[in-house]
Amino acid sequence: MAINTDKNIYTVIFAAVMVVVVGSLLAFMASGLSSRIKENERFEKQQNILYAMGVNDNVEDGGVSFVGTDVVENEFSKYIKKQLVIKGDSIIDDNEAYLIDMKRQLALINKGETPELPLFIGEKDGEEYHIIPMYGKGLWDAIWGFVALDKDMVVQGVFFDHKGETPGLGANINQRYFMDDFTGESILQDTRYAGIDVAKGNNDPLNERKDDNKVDALAGATITGDGVSAMIKQSVNLYKDYLNKVREN
Amino acid sequence: MALLTKKDTNLILDPLTDNNPITIQVLGICSALAITAELKASVVMAIAVLFVMGLGNVVISLMRNIIPAKIKIIVQLIVVATLVIVVDQILKAFAYELSKTLSVFVGLIITNCIIMGRFEAFALANGPWRSFLDGIGNALGYAVILVIVGFIRELLGSGTLFGYAVLGDPIAKTGLYATGYENNGFMIIPPAALIVVGIIIWVQRTRNPALVEEN
Repeated sequence: MAINTDKNIYTVIFAAVMVVVVGSLLAFMASGLSSRIKENERFEKQQNILYAMGVNDNVEDGGVSFVGTDVVENEFSKYIKKQLVIKGDSIIDDNEAYLIDMKRQLALINKGETPELPLFIGEKDGEEYHIIPMYGKGLWDAIWGFVALDKDMVVQGVFFDHKGETPGLGANINQRYFMDDFTGESILQDTRYAGIDVAKGNNDPLNERKDDNKVDALAGATITGDGVSAMIKQSVNLYKDYLNKVREN
Repeated sequence: MALLTKKDTNLILDPLTDNNPITIQVLGICSALAITAELKASVVMAIAVLFVMGLGNVVISLMRNIIPAKIKIIVQLIVVATLVIVVDQILKAFAYELSKTLSVFVGLIITNCIIMGRFEAFALANGPWRSFLDGIGNALGYAVILVIVGFIRELLGSGTLFGYAVLGDPIAKTGLYATGYENNGFMIIPPAALIVVGIIIWVQRTRNPALVEEN
């Protein structure tokens, strides 16, 4: 039987059938896999937070290596002593604070509402870390991360990741040679929360000067780098009141 | 009977040389420029395209007699997008790390004009087996150029291959850098890919003058 594929009615029916088939296929897949995907995302967040405070499987000169997904939940409860949610002036404990979506909280700020800001207190070898989540814009899409601070506001470790930065250029913000540079820099300039600038041509490629609030930028990734600078600055300023208290103690 | 006839073999081999999707058909240039700063990204992209091309060509070929002409581009887009999303979801559930590496490429695959180009030019007019071979062949042809460009750009731009330093350490000035050699920062930015692809086209057409278009 030859079908006349030029008829309008055929086109409409074909389109409708196609939408139903493809739609149900995708819906079926999404619902079937969602629990596994959610779990993976949860593990990833725990791995990222731990990574920032230096709990990771990194070896000398190697790449980024997280603690394994099989142990991440144990490690997370072992090292993260407290999870706080800061809402306006109130600070409450919440063991699921790490699941808070920073994107949504930043949107609340833009609407003039009070956000719920998560903050994690980690402890390793007697040192206390205050880990702040970050969220911002790169060149193409979202970038995010975590920064671990000690009580003097010196960075003890960072983690960055991105959704769609250019491979080989901006995408390298999640590489060790970029992230490792932040360790030891202060986010303070006198008493101002200046953050850390991803600076071009600061003549310090090995990042030996730790008092200039600057790290060396990635070649070919100016806008992603500026996004990282802006993200750090914005995030630490959101937690200003809390961090002030940490410094006074 | 041989699994591949001579004609079938040509479907795979032609796109590697004289009918290369990038240098001759000029398809898929955008992604070739965007992601070839590193060899690893080139290889990942090539594998992803290989998969989607092979499968997509088969699906389109099977549907070739029932696709309404008026909406064929939309149908093709839906097929690619669905395939890519299905793969992405499965990877997210079972190989999360890999899916993170690939996430950037998902959008690039959907809009890769090689895929749409081969659907239009081949799968709509040929049977599933031949379409499959055509898809694989063109994806390999694309891969060859991507890997060559990625190799040159990463080596000259960063002095590394697959992230491993092969020319020494540019900051500590060891290896080749001790002689005063410097990485060429220009190679990392997209215009460099255009020039490298241009040189490949030039070399290819010099070797085979039949490829040169008459004015």
